[in-house]
Amino acid sequence: MSDRWIAVLAGGLSHERDVSLRSGRRLAVALKETGLTVEVWDPDAALLSKLEDHKPDAVVVALHGGEGENGAVQSILELLHVPFVGSSSRACRLAWDKPAAKAELKAAGLSTPDSVVLPHNTFRELGAQNVLAALVKQLGLPLMLKPHEGGSALGAKVVHREEDLPHAMMDVLAYGDTVLAEKYISGVEVAVSVVEGPDGPRALPSVEVVPQGGVYDYTARYTAGLTDYHSPARLTPEQERQVGELAVTAHRVLGLRDVSRTDAIVTPDGTPYFLEVNVSPGLTETSLLPSAVETAGGDLGEIYSGLIDRAIARG
Amino acid sequence: MTASEIRALFAVASRPEVVSLAGGMPYLAALPLDSLARDVHDLIAEQGQVALQYGSAQGIEALREQICEVMRLEGIQGHPDDIVCTVGSQSGLDLVTRVFCDPGDVILAESPSYVGALGTFASFQTEVVHVGMDDQGLQPEALRQAISAVRQQGKRIKFLYTIPNFQNPGGVTLAVSRRAEILEICRGADIMVLEDNPYGLLGFDGQAYPALRSMDADNVVYLGSFSKTFAPGLRVGWALAPHGVREKLTLAAESATLCPPAFNQMIISRYLAEHDWMGQIKTYRECYRERRDAMLSALDELMPAGCTWTRPDGGFYVWLTVPEGMDTKAMLPRAVTARVAFVPGTAFYGSPLGGEERHRQMRLSFCYPTPDRIREGVHRLSGVFEAELDLMQTFGTGGRSNTGGPQSPSPDLA
Repeated sequence: MSDRWIAVLAGGLSHERDVSLRSGRRLAVALKETGLTVEVWDPDAALLSKLEDHKPDAVVVALHGGEGENGAVQSILELLHVPFVGSSSRACRLAWDKPAAKAELKAAGLSTPDSVVLPHNTFRELGAQNVLAALVKQLGLPLMLKPHEGGSALGAKVVHREEDLPHAMMDVLAYGDTVLAEKYISGVEVAVSVVEGPDGPRALPSVEVVPQGGVYDYTARYTAGLTDYHSPARLTPEQERQVGELAVTAHRVLGLRDVSRTDAIVTPDGTPYFLEVNVSPGLTETSLLPSAVETAGGDLGEIYSGLIDRAIARG
Repeated sequence: MTASEIRALFAVASRPEVVSLAGGMPYLAALPLDSLARDVHDLIAEQGQVALQYGSAQGIEALREQICEVMRLEGIQGHPDDIVCTVGSQSGLDLVTRVFCDPGDVILAESPSYVGALGTFASFQTEVVHVGMDDQGLQPEALRQAISAVRQQGKRIKFLYTIPNFQNPGGVTLAVSRRAEILEICRGADIMVLEDNPYGLLGFDGQAYPALRSMDADNVVYLGSFSKTFAPGLRVGWALAPHGVREKLTLAAESATLCPPAFNQMIISRYLAEHDWMGQIKTYRECYRERRDAMLSALDELMPAGCTWTRPDGGFYVWLTVPEGMDTKAMLPRAVTARVAFVPGTAFYGSPLGGEERHRQMRLSFCYPTPDRIREGVHRLSGVFEAELDLMQTFGTGGRSNTGGPQSPSPDLA
């Protein structure tokens, strides 16, 4: 039995609180099975004093969305010199801003769907009709709309008809002030988790998601039975190698650390497209990283325990 | 937005940073916890072997006698033998539906109605038909029309489910002058009345209305509860029913739970015997009246033009309607970002039929947050409305995509 004790941060105030609580609980159980002492903390006004008073040997950030993924919590941990699993605050900030991350990766040679960032102000100043017309003209239909920050597909939707766009935009803008509108690419949807070990980052087997309703939205993600998963994905060995490489490249280019998950689409002609990257992958019973770990014959607790060792070694 | 997305957003409402106007949790800090602790200690010490043993499916006799005393405050002359204690009145709802309804049967209910009842009715595959309400409660004419319309379709109506006092979620009370008429309509049409009355003693001016059961002992099944007048964690409620019905309910209760928890019933029995329980109810009333006042004055001050709301004189809830084109469910993510929560109106309808106004309604509860927090919550809500109106202006449209079915927070959400 190790005498290390670990604080798992889960919950928080983001829209993804519920998912994070589930991730945190699952991770805590897995880590306890490896012999670690684990507590789950819901970060609130008491977090700083708790960190200082209880001095965990390391922290695992299992927060999703908001402060847990945009680098804010990571900044605090860096400030207090608390070892933590996951990317630095700087890398989190970059990955969190979906358009900025896409631009970096495009510059690094990855394919990613054409997109445009539309703050509410743009619609207000240029006229919603004009902007929407230009959007459809440039990117065509269907369009994928997402809040430009945030995960778990909360607020994300596919729009097939031009007349549905105003309502859809309004729905997405209820989650935040800015919309990321992407050309919708169809193909095999995969998620590729990347875990770092002694030999650097490596991709776990891809997981293919086939939502029964056609769209991998929030409900499809977190309701058992609503999505079929294939792990590894039904790709050719060459395509599997390519999506793995894409995920590792995204991880490296964005300067991510320890663990990440890249969502991608492989089009019928075999081209892998980068969609987005998550610095704090979901760890719930229906999440993709645990599924990939299982396919690889690994153990979630062992993997995170290894990442904790790395974090402590970094100091 | 989907049902589970809404559940996910409600998860944030349990954080103290959020002013939750979504939940229906009584304000238990107003209870005399010290003396209750002593009572519970004494109960175990003196009667532990009974309190921790199985009890009868009908509930302990002493409590049923005391319940008769409680019900007398609303004019009910009941007999302890006609009472069955239930695990909260929610299980009373379940038992009555189980005993009376087959799949496809119709239950009439106020429009809107209590989300927990709608969930129970749905689980027995019954169909809910909503009956119009105004600021005087159920409209007799609407009830007549609903009965005739349902029967013309060849469907069978099993009962009228009604919360006559300080209704959840509407916050309105059935006018005393309408009560006899509603009962007469139901009796004439051979439709039983299921009266759910958890808030009846929480009238802010100390007023108590005659229960429907007090006016028609043969055709009303009455559900009572200690959840709002004492403590919901004990899960003790009751059903008072005509003798034949009561026997069926007891049998159904036996197969569902064997017996309601004897320990919890005995805590309540001791509380009623040894505490000034009416005084406690007065304390609650005053506390909730202050909160109602805080909410109404904040709404008066801060709500944009075009919003309307009910002005309850008891209970926990205000029912608010926003201007045309707005959609309360679509606003929920924005509200959670602004650290305020409410329940969108669509949660309170059990049938998919209904007008556009459902999407413009929301329930605001004032039972749990302090008056200051209520004002802060309404302030935040007004910011959410402004941002939404701004968005509507930008896009020149309102009324958004929607999902049906009850979507509400779990009961423990403040």
